Amino acid sequence: MSRPAENRQFTDLYLARLAGQEHFIQGDEAAALGAIFAGCNFFGGYPITPASEVAEVMARELPSVGGYYVQFEDELASISAVIGAAWAGARSMTATSGPGFSLMQENIGYACMTETPCVIVDVQRSGPSTGQATLPAQGDVMQARWGTHGDHEIIALAPSSAQECADLMIRAFDLAEEYRTPVIFLMDGEIGHLRERVVLPSPKSLRRTERRKASPGQPVFGGEAVPPMHEFGDGENVHVTGSTHREDGLRDVQTAEVHDRLVRRLVAKIENARKKIALVDIDTDDGASVGVLAYGATARPAKGAVLRARAEGHRVGFVRPVTIWPFPIDEIQRACDGLQRLLVPEMNLGQLSREIERHVDCEVIPLPKIGGVIHTSREILAAITEADS
Amino acid sequence: MTLRRLADPEFFEAFDTVEGDGGEPVLQPDYGIRDPLDGLVLDDAPAAPRTSHHRLLKYLRREVLPTTFCVGCGGGTVLNAFAHAVDEMRIDPKTIVCVTGIGCSSWIPSPYFLCDTLHTTHGRAIAFATGVKVMRPDMKVIIIAGDGDLAGIGGNHLIHAARRNLDLTVFLVNNFIYGMTGGQVSPTTPFGAKTTTTPYRNVEHPFKIADIVAAAGGSYVARWTTYHAFQLMESMQNAIDKRGFSFVEILSQCPVSFGKMTGMGDPVAQLKDLRDRSIHIDDAKDVPEDELKNRFVVGKLVEHRRAEFGDGLQELIARRREALSDELDAGLRQDTSALETGR
Repeated sequence: MSRPAENRQFTDLYLARLAGQEHFIQGDEAAALGAIFAGCNFFGGYPITPASEVAEVMARELPSVGGYYVQFEDELASISAVIGAAWAGARSMTATSGPGFSLMQENIGYACMTETPCVIVDVQRSGPSTGQATLPAQGDVMQARWGTHGDHEIIALAPSSAQECADLMIRAFDLAEEYRTPVIFLMDGEIGHLRERVVLPSPKSLRRTERRKASPGQPVFGGEAVPPMHEFGDGENVHVTGSTHREDGLRDVQTAEVHDRLVRRLVAKIENARKKIALVDIDTDDGASVGVLAYGATARPAKGAVLRARAEGHRVGFVRPVTIWPFPIDEIQRACDGLQRLLVPEMNLGQLSREIERHVDCEVIPLPKIGGVIHTSREILAAITEADS
Repeated sequence: MTLRRLADPEFFEAFDTVEGDGGEPVLQPDYGIRDPLDGLVLDDAPAAPRTSHHRLLKYLRREVLPTTFCVGCGGGTVLNAFAHAVDEMRIDPKTIVCVTGIGCSSWIPSPYFLCDTLHTTHGRAIAFATGVKVMRPDMKVIIIAGDGDLAGIGGNHLIHAARRNLDLTVFLVNNFIYGMTGGQVSPTTPFGAKTTTTPYRNVEHPFKIADIVAAAGGSYVARWTTYHAFQLMESMQNAIDKRGFSFVEILSQCPVSFGKMTGMGDPVAQLKDLRDRSIHIDDAKDVPEDELKNRFVVGKLVEHRRAEFGDGLQELIARRREALSDELDAGLRQDTSALETGR
């Protein structure tokens, strides 16, 4: 028994055509095209500003590569179907924004617990609640980390340009497969709607991390840090449950050791791979006592401010975590080595600043900004000048 | 209404065959004897543990037996009918994915039925199943869950799935109560019933959930009860066979949680009540509506043909690819270097 045949050659020709063009598209669209190049073949979603363009491009492109777009009645159904599709063999994803991301949290936990590879795009907008629906924010950084209940680790990536939306998306799908985990693609409304030049990779240059399949009889919920998977239809009678389960997938919610062993492994498989998962853009400046750490859209004016400050004679370090979770501790510490002060502009009231404070020796100065307005380079430059005086 | 199969001797033989399925016999727990009036009466401990074979045992996960269902629960009847339906249809269980939610009824196939099983979060079984079925149209995707799960927290997914008409099969086990949490009022609890959260009687009106699914566009919709085991089994087969969204509401007894506050703690009495209140849809046609108020209309409510969602998806992919292939032929096939371009 097998799925309907995929026409790989046709798909490659189609991708080659997309790769042969230069695109001038929004971050949302680039993220969707990145997903197509990553081999995504199932998208379940529900419209929401500022993420709807991801769904629109997926609806347009998926049939061309033999994939399925399904629009659901809500975000609860979307994430559910994405997880179901993954167990049926899909590379699957959904895209939403804050309110929908809140609705998805329970099943993101289900995906963690059942070790289901999938990608969840959150194009962050200003909250809480409906907030400023059309305006950008970075207020879901901690929700991405701790939104679902219970102990868990999560992977979250934050792109800073339309090009990076495409490139990182391919990485996101690979990480989901490599660690059998949901990956949060933490965009923001600014990057989602930012229109820029995007070039897509040649299909021949793609080296996708394919799903590691278990051999017959092999347990799929234990035995190694990241166990290989059986999929539905493999004839293995796989039992998938969000309840605490043994290595063979069968429920055992009463034995403390079983729960302890399972949850510690789920945490450790990502925790221990922190360095491998870490992507950090570091631009140090010898002798600098001031540094700027920014991510997502905020990294753009921040980098501009750093370059301008350097032109004015300041010594300023710059670091941009692309991987937000697991927090790239070593790389950030290295980037902050020797700094006296670290400025952290964020489009929230200091969510990542507190995490950084736990790990670096220098003084962390949050530069929070909310209201749906991105930082200007001038604001950050003023802060650099003040901190460096 | 046909009751012909009640006399099928093979069915009764199946319960106590020494032939079995060739596997190890399963240790049968000693539940004692349940007296309809005195409740559970434990007889003397048997000399040796009782074991049993059953020709349908091959469809169950042996290592998790016996089931955790309360004595007198209707869940066992549903599991039995389901296993019989699969057996009679000669479906290879390896081609079935059972998707369930949270609640007693979700345990009927998970973990007991031996097939690929996705035991999901509360209310979301149909949504999960949609992802599975879209990716694997070649597999039978069957949802078994309760009234609280599918009609309560997951009600929206239910009606949208009926509207979408993907080839899913749903068996909603309606025991009129939140059983696993101890007997709280559910969206199908009868008006006026006492439950742990309606101690002064329920002042909400219950859903006729099968009617709702029929109105929402289900391709096959039926209602039966655990009393009507054979009709249920036949209806299950029709539902599994039906291309499109098919739905069987199974009214079931819950002597423990529904019985707790309603005074209907005796499963036999509850089954008889289900029998006495049931009226076949053919017979109900001539009965004035107000006389059907406290009756359960059983039988096939709806069966029709509508375009199936999975076929629609395949068709649009084919259409898109056909349109593209001309373009790709014209442009790319001449220029083989196209595959090398890009970054």
